[in-house]
Amino acid sequence: MTSPVVSATSLDLTFQTNDGPVHALSGIDLEIGKGEFVSFIGPSGCGKTTFLRCIAALEAPTGGTLTVNGMRPDGARRARAYGYVFQAAGLYPWRSIEKNIALPLEIMGYSRAEQAERINRVLDLVELSGFGKKYPWQLSGGMQQRASIARALAFDADILLMDEPFGALDEIVRDHLNEQLLELWARTEKTIGFVTHSIPEAVYLSTKIVVMSPRPGRITDVIDSPLPKERPLDIRDTPEFLEIAHRVRDGLRAGHAYDD
Amino acid sequence: MRNILPILAVLVALAVLWYAAVAPMNIRGALDVADRGGAEVIPAEPRDRFEQSAWRLMMANPDHIALGYSLDRPRLPTPVQVADELWNTTGEMALRGRAMSKRSLIYHGWITLQSTLWGFALGTVLGMAGAIAIVYSRVVDMSLMPWAIISQTVPIVALAPMIIVLSSQVGIEGRGVPKAIISAYLCYFPVLVGMVKGLRSPGAAQLDLLRTYSASGVQAFLKLRLPASMPYLFTSLKIGIAAALVGTIVGELPTGAISGLGARILIGDQFGTPLAIWAALFAAAILAGILVTLLDLMQRITLRRMGMQA
Repeated sequence: MTSPVVSATSLDLTFQTNDGPVHALSGIDLEIGKGEFVSFIGPSGCGKTTFLRCIAALEAPTGGTLTVNGMRPDGARRARAYGYVFQAAGLYPWRSIEKNIALPLEIMGYSRAEQAERINRVLDLVELSGFGKKYPWQLSGGMQQRASIARALAFDADILLMDEPFGALDEIVRDHLNEQLLELWARTEKTIGFVTHSIPEAVYLSTKIVVMSPRPGRITDVIDSPLPKERPLDIRDTPEFLEIAHRVRDGLRAGHAYDD
Repeated sequence: MRNILPILAVLVALAVLWYAAVAPMNIRGALDVADRGGAEVIPAEPRDRFEQSAWRLMMANPDHIALGYSLDRPRLPTPVQVADELWNTTGEMALRGRAMSKRSLIYHGWITLQSTLWGFALGTVLGMAGAIAIVYSRVVDMSLMPWAIISQTVPIVALAPMIIVLSSQVGIEGRGVPKAIISAYLCYFPVLVGMVKGLRSPGAAQLDLLRTYSASGVQAFLKLRLPASMPYLFTSLKIGIAAALVGTIVGELPTGAISGLGARILIGDQFGTPLAIWAALFAAAILAGILVTLLDLMQRITLRRMGMQA
């Protein structure tokens, strides 16, 4: 087995607030292998987003070790190890879609020709070809989020970190984007870390589901999905699918997540 | 063009109010003129008239009210008289090739406009520089911002003479520079506040996104904060240029200046010619209107080019 892409060992993160310390993450042990699709699921405050932000070096852990591609997170960032997709598409309203995708490429100093070539490739990947000249306000919410995924893919990072990327979209659009995301994952062979609130979404997408619970933020269960890599939408009605969903729900309940 | 009707409605209401006000404001002047012309006036003695209210004088002398609308030196001129005076001191003089005569409001407006633009430029640069410093430095934020607010609580009329005295003391000739400084003093504040708000408008997620690209501070400024601040900047600039014009006129008022719209207002007051005051006042208002409209146009063009508006 090759070395893991992300490796966390007894990771702690405590925020100092006016109301005393908040244990956002406590004793997190996790390995993410290359090409895995890992979902983090749990109620608000369980640290799933915080853990993703630690991988991206947007938060600094207060204890334990965390490596990304064998490097410290900030080193991995400088090596362009990952693309990050936020809940809000966060496209710049003053840039067209292609200029928005060009943003990281400009910052990283790609040549004009290479920018154009990459923009076309990722637009095609998220099925937005022909929309490059449009401005964000001319696109629907789902299309905007696809554009923001294209932006994260533009510079060839091996890891895609997604923080509730479809959380603000309606269920029909969400289903469609989930399908597209699986296709994209199969084609690009990226490693994906995916934060979600939705049990069906987590089970449908993931090869590994990490169930978390709050106060302190910790992992209560890690489920390796037995579902095949090919997943039509109606796989969600199969007994295997429902069984995993059930186990996720049990894991959430075991964390006393809904007591308060 | 669909907002022309409400604007016209307000204009008509103002004109009606204005015309109605002319009668009581000018009744004493009208009776004096009629008295000197030999007409019968009640009461006949000027001293007795002085003791009576404008309303009683109007009721006692209904025939002379109309005279109040055509006095040479009215206390409150009618809109037509003001428009007439304005035309006589601008368009008509320009037609006769005397636009830059000392009696022309075009000449005085040009003097005022120059100081206004210099003050506006200075104030905008200072405001933007201050805003950048405030956004990027917590120390500056905590030290500069309170002073910026205090600076605006000092009445500018109290400050203007001092600025003029001090600048002549350090050897600055003429009134152009001190006027521009006074103008900038009023103008920088809205630009500063607007720019601080604009530069801070990108949310945490936007800034985090740039961090994931390992973007430098300069890149974050040029690619995110500055473009994000543009709508705020233009709104501030429109307030700023109007403030700059007010600042310049205030700089011309108490300082013995002989040219500029402010000087015309002061001279009109000293020589008892309200028509000249009103004409200069309207010239200033029209000038401000033109400047704000120009900035509005620039805003539309810029934002459209940036793709921010439909």
